[in-house]
Amino acid sequence: MRSIILSTVARAMLPILIMFSLFLLWRGHNEPGGGFTGGLVAAAGVILFSLAYSPRAARRVVRVDLKTLTGFGLLMAAGSGTVAVFAGKPFLTGVWWKLAGPQGSTIELGTPFFFDLGVYLVVIGVTLSILFSKAEEEERP
Amino acid sequence: MVTPALAILSLFTLGLLAPFLFALLPRHAGKLLCLPPAFWCGWFWSKTPASGQTWTSPWIPELGITFSFRLDGLASLFAILITGIGAMVLLYTEGYCGAKPGSGRLYGLLLLFLASMLGVVLADDAILLFLFWEATSVTSFLLIGFEHERANARRGAVQALMVTGGGGLALLAGLLVIVQQTGQGRISAWGPLAGDPLYLAMFALVAIGCFTKSAQFPFHFWLPNAMTAPTPVSAYLHSATMVKAGVYLLARLSGSLGGTEVWTWTLTLVGGATMLTGTLLALRQTDLKRLLAYSTVAALGTMVFVLARGGAEAASAFAAFVLAHALYKGALFLVAGAIDHTADSRDAFRLGGLWQRAPVLATASTLAGLGMMGVAPLAFLAKETLVDGLLSPPDVPSLIVFGVMAAGAVAIAGIVAFRPFFGKADPAIADGHKPDAPLLTGPAVLAVLGIVGGLTPTFVFERIGGPVAAAIGGGTDPHPWALWHGFGAPLAFSVGTLALGLAVYRAWPAWIARAAPWPSFGFDRAYDAGLRGTVSVARAFTRTIQNGRLRAYLQTTIATFLVLVTLAAVRWNPSPQIRLDTALPHEALLALAMLLAVLAAVRSVSRLAAVVTLGVVGFGVALTYALFGAPDLAMTQIAVETLTVILFVLTFYHLPRFARGSGTRTRAVDALLATGVGATMAAITLVASQRLLGTPISAHFAENSLAEAHGRNVVNVILVDYRGLDTLGEITVLSIAGLGVVALWTFGRRAAKGGSA
Repeated sequence: MRSIILSTVARAMLPILIMFSLFLLWRGHNEPGGGFTGGLVAAAGVILFSLAYSPRAARRVVRVDLKTLTGFGLLMAAGSGTVAVFAGKPFLTGVWWKLAGPQGSTIELGTPFFFDLGVYLVVIGVTLSILFSKAEEEERP
Repeated sequence: MVTPALAILSLFTLGLLAPFLFALLPRHAGKLLCLPPAFWCGWFWSKTPASGQTWTSPWIPELGITFSFRLDGLASLFAILITGIGAMVLLYTEGYCGAKPGSGRLYGLLLLFLASMLGVVLADDAILLFLFWEATSVTSFLLIGFEHERANARRGAVQALMVTGGGGLALLAGLLVIVQQTGQGRISAWGPLAGDPLYLAMFALVAIGCFTKSAQFPFHFWLPNAMTAPTPVSAYLHSATMVKAGVYLLARLSGSLGGTEVWTWTLTLVGGATMLTGTLLALRQTDLKRLLAYSTVAALGTMVFVLARGGAEAASAFAAFVLAHALYKGALFLVAGAIDHTADSRDAFRLGGLWQRAPVLATASTLAGLGMMGVAPLAFLAKETLVDGLLSPPDVPSLIVFGVMAAGAVAIAGIVAFRPFFGKADPAIADGHKPDAPLLTGPAVLAVLGIVGGLTPTFVFERIGGPVAAAIGGGTDPHPWALWHGFGAPLAFSVGTLALGLAVYRAWPAWIARAAPWPSFGFDRAYDAGLRGTVSVARAFTRTIQNGRLRAYLQTTIATFLVLVTLAAVRWNPSPQIRLDTALPHEALLALAMLLAVLAAVRSVSRLAAVVTLGVVGFGVALTYALFGAPDLAMTQIAVETLTVILFVLTFYHLPRFARGSGTRTRAVDALLATGVGATMAAITLVASQRLLGTPISAHFAENSLAEAHGRNVVNVILVDYRGLDTLGEITVLSIAGLGVVALWTFGRRAAKGGSA
């Protein structure tokens, strides 16, 4: 049973939700948001898509294997912590760079952002793995 | 620089390489591998008499643990025995195993054991000593269970590990108490501890460790069962070295723990009981190796017995006996293995007449047997020195116990060393093959050394007896070893026990032939019963706790939480104040909505209604977060709530029909628990907001968040920066949990498919 309304909405909502989740991730350091919330929102977007079409179609949209995504997120979080070690500071100390932004502004970018990105990826990976494996079970009665 | 550490390290490395060497040169592995231990044996011999040389380097300075080693007379005696007999045993293994595949592992394990044992006797740091001690237990476990396809080898191995490992725990506790009380990890720095308030605990714990390791009564039962090991292993670990580790440690600590009434009485009684038990049980055996094992138990008892006395004379007698025993008992074990190899039997009752087939072996066996009887020079010397000590002043009960043990040793020596070669053979014994050179070298060398050592008493005393007396006896022995003590009481004692022993030997075959089987109770049975009891108690416990009912798990967890918090609340009595007058209308409305939703969820008769009403509660919580200034939490809560509903929808159709499965009583208990948790959590929240136990750290985070961590969202800064390690741990757990859920679902699906197909 496929609802044309749901499919259309899901198709339209998916990019918006992903962009919103990235927005949450990016602003998280200064405004409400962050990797955890962002990851959940992105996962919700994909799940909506999978409900409208099929888990298999949704897996195709994600492109990457979810286990790889989870592992990569973990690796990124842990890796962002090791940057400080090379700078002679304790593991997971924040290291910051100042980048030149548009119109003379500066953008501060630090390892905590990559840490948060890792959290974001892990949350997406785990949430989708659990929900997909359940949803695929439903497909084959 | 050549140090004990280098000896241990090189032999460990050799042990790791041995399997590869065996793979390359299977026929010559023993010949080659015995060379390094032989070299170290010579080195240790050349180093004595060493007056307590020490080496040290830091390891874990925070805990005061060091890599420190000590080489004094006592350590030197044991190091010489370990490396020297080890070399002989490795050579013997070549003849015993030949090129049998898998023997590389035996060589490797023997060498690893050798290095660990060397570590035990050379270590000067309590923790280091304990590590080596445990390493000998573990390698011994692997060696006893070497032929792991046999059930009784596995049983013997597990039993030895249980007994010595359990004792090892006691030893660790004892050593830690001493380290704690003295503030010293170095054993050489420990003074007399008899005055310490915890002396009894130290002594009892250390003694349990030593008694289990050295198979003292009532822990003696594991040693005969360890005879399921290949014979080189039995000869090496269970007569010459490992079982002496406990004796060694008692000797080593006799300066610190000895000299008290408790020490003297405990060691005398335990040693005496072990001597009698070992001797009497040995005479009931017909298997050569079990005979030797029980006589080893008796000999270990003798050593403990001698250590009870203390002083330079006892120390020197101890050294003589340890040396003599290692030589003759090692030789006899190797002979037993060669007999097994030659005649395919170890039955002392049926074997006989082997001297024609193996004259060299017969000679070695005779010499070693004379040693065990206390007739061969070195053993005679040891026995005379021991008896000398017991006679001045005469100690009648000890003399009787020692006399029984000595007479028993004579009889056992006759049974294992002479009867198989010179007795009448049972015609049913098969014709075997002749032993070859590697099988003969070990026993021959050890037996001959037992003779030669005794013929040059002054020389050996200078190298062994004197230094040991200096190390643990607190001075020089006024009576250096001498072979001939003249006609006197010690000689009369020797002749008397010899005569008694020979009489027992003559009576033995008839006795064995008509002996009824013993009642099958013993410490071995007690061990089995204990093990079975432990397993069944554990099983019953697990069945109660892990009963597989989720409701019971939740109830237990919640009830425990409630009890603990209530107890804390009663003691602390925080008495929070409830003020409803500050609530704003919309807050009250929200609370009311959530309350109604909860009531509806509890009373609902449809699953969908329950899910929806619970969703109302969830979103209400999110709204509360938003109202009280926690937008991050609110957002997360909403996202989680949404996904939970989705998950539920996915599971919906698979659930059984919604039915009220539980009765009124169960529901009443559930209601009680649920209300209890709700009330407790509310109270905790109230108390937390009204009472401050210290300055909250949130102010510090809020102030420094931007300056230090370049972020204005404190919640997020805490998550990714201040508490980054926590978050890393959490996402790791999350990933593992996710993998687990997927695996469970996938395997469940596969199993269902497999079942239907």
